[in-house]
Amino acid sequence: MIEAEGVIKSFGPRAILRGVDLHVETGETLVIIGGSGCGKSTFLKCVIGLHHPDEGKIVVDGIEVAALRTEAEIANYRRRFGYLFQEGALFDSMTVWENITFGLRYLTDIPSGAYRKISSDCLALVGLKDIEDFKPAELSGGMKKRVALARAIAAQPSYILYDEPTTGLDPIMTDVISDLILDLQKQLKVTAIMVTHDMRSAYKVASRIAMLHEGKVLEVACPDIIKISTNPYVRQFVDGKSEGPIKMKLKEFEAEGASNHVAKAH
Amino acid sequence: MIQGAVGGFGKFILESAEGTGQFTFLVRSTFGWMTHHRIEWRQTLIQMARLGVGSLPVTAMTAFFTGMVLALQTGASSKHFFNEPLFVGTVVSFALIMELAPVMTALVVAGRAGAAIAAELGTMKVTEQIEALYTLGTDPIRYLVIPRFIAFMCVLPLLTVASDFTGIWGGYLVAHAKYQIPATVYWHDIINNMEIRHFVHGFLKTFVFAAVVSLVSCFKGITTRGGAEGVGKSTTAAVVISMVLILVLDYFATAVLNAFGIT
Repeated sequence: MIEAEGVIKSFGPRAILRGVDLHVETGETLVIIGGSGCGKSTFLKCVIGLHHPDEGKIVVDGIEVAALRTEAEIANYRRRFGYLFQEGALFDSMTVWENITFGLRYLTDIPSGAYRKISSDCLALVGLKDIEDFKPAELSGGMKKRVALARAIAAQPSYILYDEPTTGLDPIMTDVISDLILDLQKQLKVTAIMVTHDMRSAYKVASRIAMLHEGKVLEVACPDIIKISTNPYVRQFVDGKSEGPIKMKLKEFEAEGASNHVAKAH
Repeated sequence: MIQGAVGGFGKFILESAEGTGQFTFLVRSTFGWMTHHRIEWRQTLIQMARLGVGSLPVTAMTAFFTGMVLALQTGASSKHFFNEPLFVGTVVSFALIMELAPVMTALVVAGRAGAAIAAELGTMKVTEQIEALYTLGTDPIRYLVIPRFIAFMCVLPLLTVASDFTGIWGGYLVAHAKYQIPATVYWHDIINNMEIRHFVHGFLKTFVFAAVVSLVSCFKGITTRGGAEGVGKSTTAAVVISMVLILVLDYFATAVLNAFGIT
């Protein structure tokens, strides 16, 4: 179980998380939605310990992330997690199978002789085969995502954190990746947090959905409730409308003169 | 305008202080990890091979021509003043072994391998590969910095020794072909005047240069911000800072070695 209480995180003068409270039950998939820059990825990075909250705490299975000190404690904590990065973050200099099994050396005691077989098994789980010796540069965007997913599950984590897994993919591949995530959740029985702004994918994968806006959680509910939410912020986001309480800047500044000139020219 | 200039100066001071603090932390972490944890020998060997094999032709050629031009200049000056080329071997060997070979080799390696390190690690940073290392249970200092640091500490001194030899051979070529200095005289000039402490003087400096180039390049790489432009800036900064530091630290290293009588 993941429990976050009053998590505050700033980068210099920019406050990103302004008091996030979230609970993720064992076995569920919590999807965090919200606009770009609302702090979704930062929260995910706080959970795995890449960033430390300025205030508040994150507790996973009774262990507080910020209290980890020794290398063994940190390794023991990270062993619980698989992390899928937005762009995959595959190591360019390594082949697919080396990428997939990279973490096994540091996170597990599995002998290196078994790595090749494990990489093939993980690739099979994400629907790929015979690409073990390819380099990431030789793969398509969708394949890279799948390989990154295979890498995230290789050390058999209890938790998987997905950072915008469908960003940059075509609609069909987006649905395929969503199906794959759903399938992995069923097969591996892991607890997951997925960060996305793709509502179709969110509805498909989520046990519950949390809406984050300006560093705070606005609403947490199951997908069916989110679909009919009366919260105007949630409503605007899930409907994908530019009009509403969430002010996405159309222009960074209002240059009336300039726009008039352009209008006249036309 | 004055407010802007003061603000800009203040920002520069703050950023410099932050950068110095981060660099100090990197140096401390590097030595901390090296003494307390297992070293990635496979990565270290890969880096050594890349650095040594890739740099040798360039550093050797640089030293060869430096030796040639030294012999040419020394011979010409000597002929001008004494009417015959005297002590060409002595001047070439002293200049190369104590000063030029260590400095020129370090400068060439900073331009070649230092830039490559900053660009590689910078690209890894902006594509989240460095964060991926953390999530997969290792640390970028352990996996990326230490192997490069050890590789530099082992390979740069060897490249410098190779530069010593090729430079002296380059000098011999010119001394013999241009000034008809017999081989025995040229080598005699070197062996009679050179002592082991002169070699040690130049050799010890290479460790300072190796540490500077590797740590500065790694630091600039893993602190890269922004996309392709950030990688470009880091690479340029890594090369410029390394080169300036090589020349500045060369003076101080020479002063310290002289103070200890290694001269």
